[in-house]
Amino acid sequence: MDLTIHVATLIKIGVFIGITMTFVSICVMFERRFSAIIQDRVGPNRLGIPLSILGFKKDFKLPIGGLTQPLADGLKFILKEDFTPAYVRTFFFWLAPVLVVGPALLTMAVIPFGSPMEIGGKFIPMAIADLNVGPLFIFAIASLAVYGITLAGWSSNSKYPFFGGVRSCAQMISYEIALGLSIIPVLLMFQTLHLGEIVQYQVDHGWLLLPFWGEGLSAQRFLMWIPLFIAFVIFTTSIFAETNRMPFDLPECETELVGGYHTEYSSMKFALFFLGEYAAMVVGSALIVTLFFGGWSIGFGIDNALPIGAWWVSLLHIGVFLGKVTFFILFFILVRWTVPRFRYDQLMNLGWIVFFEAALINVFLAALILAAPHIHGLATTFGFIVLAVITFFLIKIAKSATTKTTVKAI
Amino acid sequence: MAVVKVQRPKLNAGEKVYFGALLKGMFITLRHAVRSLFGKTPGAKSLKSSGLGVTMQYPEEKWDDQMPEYYRGTPALVTDEQDRERCVSCQLCEFICPPKAIKITPGEIPDGDEWAKVEKRPKEFDIDMIRCIYCGMCEEVCPEQAIYLRPDYVVTGTSRQDMVHDKERLYEIGGKRVGLVNKWNDLK
Amino acid sequence: MSEEAPANTATAEKKLPKDLAAENGMVNVQIDGTWIQVPKGTRMIEAAKMAQKEVPHYCYHPKLSSPGNCRMCLVQMGMPPRLAPGQDPEYNDEGYQEIGWMPRPVIACANTVAENMGIRTTGDLVEKTREGVMEFLLINHPLDCPICDQAGECKLQEFSVEHGRGESRFQETKIKKPKNVDIGQNIRLDDERCIMCSRCIRFMDEVAEDPVLGFSQRGTHTSVTVHPGHRLDNNYSLNTADICPVGALTSNDFRFQMRVWFLKETKSIDTNCGTGANTVIWTRGNEIFRVTPRENNDVNSSWMPDSHRLAFHSLQTDDRLTQPLVKEDGNHIDVTWTEAVNKAAELLKSGNVAVIASGKQSNEELFLTQKIASAIKSDLLTIVPRKGEPDGKLISEDRNPNSTGANLIFQADDAASKLETIKNEVRSGNVRTLLVLHENLLDEAGFTTSDLEKLENLIILHTHANPTAALASVVIPAAGFAEKRATYVNVTGRLQRANQAVIAPGETRDDWESLGTILAKIDPTFTIPSSLDGVLKLLSTEIPAFKDQTFGSIGDLGVPITETGITIPLVEREKEKIKSGQIVG
Repeated sequence: MDLTIHVATLIKIGVFIGITMTFVSICVMFERRFSAIIQDRVGPNRLGIPLSILGFKKDFKLPIGGLTQPLADGLKFILKEDFTPAYVRTFFFWLAPVLVVGPALLTMAVIPFGSPMEIGGKFIPMAIADLNVGPLFIFAIASLAVYGITLAGWSSNSKYPFFGGVRSCAQMISYEIALGLSIIPVLLMFQTLHLGEIVQYQVDHGWLLLPFWGEGLSAQRFLMWIPLFIAFVIFTTSIFAETNRMPFDLPECETELVGGYHTEYSSMKFALFFLGEYAAMVVGSALIVTLFFGGWSIGFGIDNALPIGAWWVSLLHIGVFLGKVTFFILFFILVRWTVPRFRYDQLMNLGWIVFFEAALINVFLAALILAAPHIHGLATTFGFIVLAVITFFLIKIAKSATTKTTVKAI
Repeated sequence: MAVVKVQRPKLNAGEKVYFGALLKGMFITLRHAVRSLFGKTPGAKSLKSSGLGVTMQYPEEKWDDQMPEYYRGTPALVTDEQDRERCVSCQLCEFICPPKAIKITPGEIPDGDEWAKVEKRPKEFDIDMIRCIYCGMCEEVCPEQAIYLRPDYVVTGTSRQDMVHDKERLYEIGGKRVGLVNKWNDLK
Repeated sequence: MSEEAPANTATAEKKLPKDLAAENGMVNVQIDGTWIQVPKGTRMIEAAKMAQKEVPHYCYHPKLSSPGNCRMCLVQMGMPPRLAPGQDPEYNDEGYQEIGWMPRPVIACANTVAENMGIRTTGDLVEKTREGVMEFLLINHPLDCPICDQAGECKLQEFSVEHGRGESRFQETKIKKPKNVDIGQNIRLDDERCIMCSRCIRFMDEVAEDPVLGFSQRGTHTSVTVHPGHRLDNNYSLNTADICPVGALTSNDFRFQMRVWFLKETKSIDTNCGTGANTVIWTRGNEIFRVTPRENNDVNSSWMPDSHRLAFHSLQTDDRLTQPLVKEDGNHIDVTWTEAVNKAAELLKSGNVAVIASGKQSNEELFLTQKIASAIKSDLLTIVPRKGEPDGKLISEDRNPNSTGANLIFQADDAASKLETIKNEVRSGNVRTLLVLHENLLDEAGFTTSDLEKLENLIILHTHANPTAALASVVIPAAGFAEKRATYVNVTGRLQRANQAVIAPGETRDDWESLGTILAKIDPTFTIPSSLDGVLKLLSTEIPAFKDQTFGSIGDLGVPITETGITIPLVEREKEKIKSGQIVG
């Protein structure tokens, strides 16, 4: 390890954390403007640069449609009274917001933002930590966020936050299983856990869900599309649940729990929860893009035509990656303002009875498809039949289970 | 009242999977968003949309020309045709005011004043616009037709003190009101 | 009882109600269908009041003669039919005669009741009559209510709502009369509002004995005026504003200050002379707006002198003491109340102390003062006498409100007797420390500045800044009469209580708290009661005259606790008038 790598890592930490935080704040802005447009409103469109508070005569009005709103929001949060109620468990009360934001930002470390850049004869990967267990690292760290939320609910020493914390805990644990199982077909396909290599695979063989260019296009590859798509749906939905976004925002659902786990929080501590949620959303989007939509790859076979290692190519790829992430963030927002909130039992049924089983069968299905060229004919057919029978029975069991719970619920 | 049992609609397999409806819903939302973006939302025109959704850009655009006659904005004091203060500080508005926004210090009109025969007028008349709830009780109770709720609705200030309308400000908002009952005329 | 009752009816012949009533000097009167017994000679309006039936009236006032000129109190009257010679009266089952109702109404204020009389205070005839009288009264009455001080306590307003017709049929021009007339120092006259009840004229004639008011002109032009060359400058003139049922006479002092419906009433007593007239203090927020007399037939009837009534202004001046002060190097510096009280207690323990209390202090305060004097083993304890010319009505010679109380508590014939001794001791330098309560020694007590400069320490407790306080080493602000609960004993020996109407300014605390704390610092065996009631309880156990007295037992009207032989001239005269039947009382 020489100096170049150290310096480059430090710069990468600064730049990528900066990008993430900017994204988070812009996310809030996007969410407000987009939801406003969906609801025939305007949203925050006025804020320019308030020079008058610095002593100037007039405010500087830029035609940027209120893009400085996140700054104003942040300033407001910082300036508000930071109130800690007398009855809370102070240490955990203060710890909780940190435990929510910290993991979300940490997971960003392994995401490859762009193609490697060549500096001084060395290819420097555009990820802060170029780990070869990327997805596992992300799952491991992201799960820690549940501690933050649970602690927030418990330490508030108040009824509704406690409910929120408990719900969040149950929900995140349930969906983590589906989340983990759902990407096994993907990993079977890539045969690696290194996120940089995963993207490179997609550069070479076409994006996972858009296998229309690159090498190795075969009938088997197209057949694989089915389990991969199922994996994508389960993964995306689980990411929604993991980030506590609508339609799975039961830990903080206003109609039932006032503000959920952050009811007792104010000022910057509340802002950190907010930040954590949006950071998780950004990381979730980045992960979906990296796993299913080629990461920083431009696609259509263009990437390999470009001189990999040149600084402008890296920057171009970072731009493409961020564009894709933005698209998914908009998708997150669109879902939030379209789909109504689930009932808690529906949420649990979906997680345990639908997604868990579906992800499980999906693993075998993917394995069978991948193994088909090697084991041939009868074995493959038998495998498919067994899988179909198991699926049928599982659906039967699941159905009876759901009806039973509904009856119980009534 | 008999119990009516509502039968849940039978869903077919496609509907049960829920994905179709989900995509349809997202498509509807998106279509609406695009329409809204181009100012094509239903009712945008009649609601004087600024071109985005149905929203009017408030300080630049206003409803003033469509304000109804009976609109109840800020309460204000009025003078009569001869510029006499109509208020005689009977303090009934102070009494009736539900949020106790009005504070009057009554005073005597000195001899030699043009309207000395009225004897009484407010020395100070403060309405705290932070407290005012625009109910119009003061207007209703006033025996001298001296206080009216004017159409002005833009009441701003940078301090609490700014939001207290004193006598001078109240007359400035209220202005002159002609054609009312004239109780203190020459015959009186 | 149940056994005796039938036995009675069986043996003796049943007595008629009229005979039963006559045995006690009563008569039976039927008021709105209910029979009641009232004393013989009662006016019909009072009889109705006993039956809890209100008869509206303007000119009638129980403390004044009844001319019967407002006609508002018209009621329907009925008597048993006159018997033909030799005819026996017929009694119904209940023992009453049939009432024959008169076709025309009579005034209730000037007629007395008779046996078997019937009075109707409601009914078609009475209501029609009242409506008619109201209409006539309102013909020339201006619609001044928005600017009229009487609005809210105006009988014309009240009765026109209750008995008036609601709208005017009068189409002619109203009669113009003088408005806003200056007829005296304290009173403003508005002739248009006058309804010619003549209460003020009778009051000035009969009670104030200064007949300067009268009617001039006739018919609708009748108006109240002062006689030529006279002014309504009597010291009782403000009572006319009280009894005026409308806003014709209003107080200059209270004019346009505040509407009466905002004012809170607190029952209190006047502390400007030994009479201790019962008062109501009218406040809004922490400001006193006016003081009016409260009826107490043993003290002040319904009246009060103007000078005492307006004395409340002295509580709302800029020269009130609001902050405890301690003198250091010749300058007064602000200290906390606790510091000042500690300092005072410390100085009092130094010996050679004399205490000059005040007849303006309440019983509780005097009691604590006396305890302080005995705790520091000083027999130099006095109050400052305050004498003035009595006016032969309500203002007594003794201008201290509580000289009698001081005599009782100090157990002396004259609590002020030691003032000269103390003065001499101060001059000779034997007294080194002087505790002065509620008195300005340089004023009425006859001390000079050089006398006081001989003292080492001067501790003063006072409401106002004054020359004595300027010399004092410790100044503790004190609460004025309306700012504290207290009891006083008036010149006739009547224990009365005053209630707190407003909160004392600044850092001022109740005097009993200041004195009690000083006492507790000097005498560790003394524990301060938790409230003023506790002080009175202590007082009642130690001073025989106050035995068993509490704030509750005193009541609004007070209780006589001792005999002094002093009477209040105005009250005595009224008692005579009642006896002679001139007034109802």
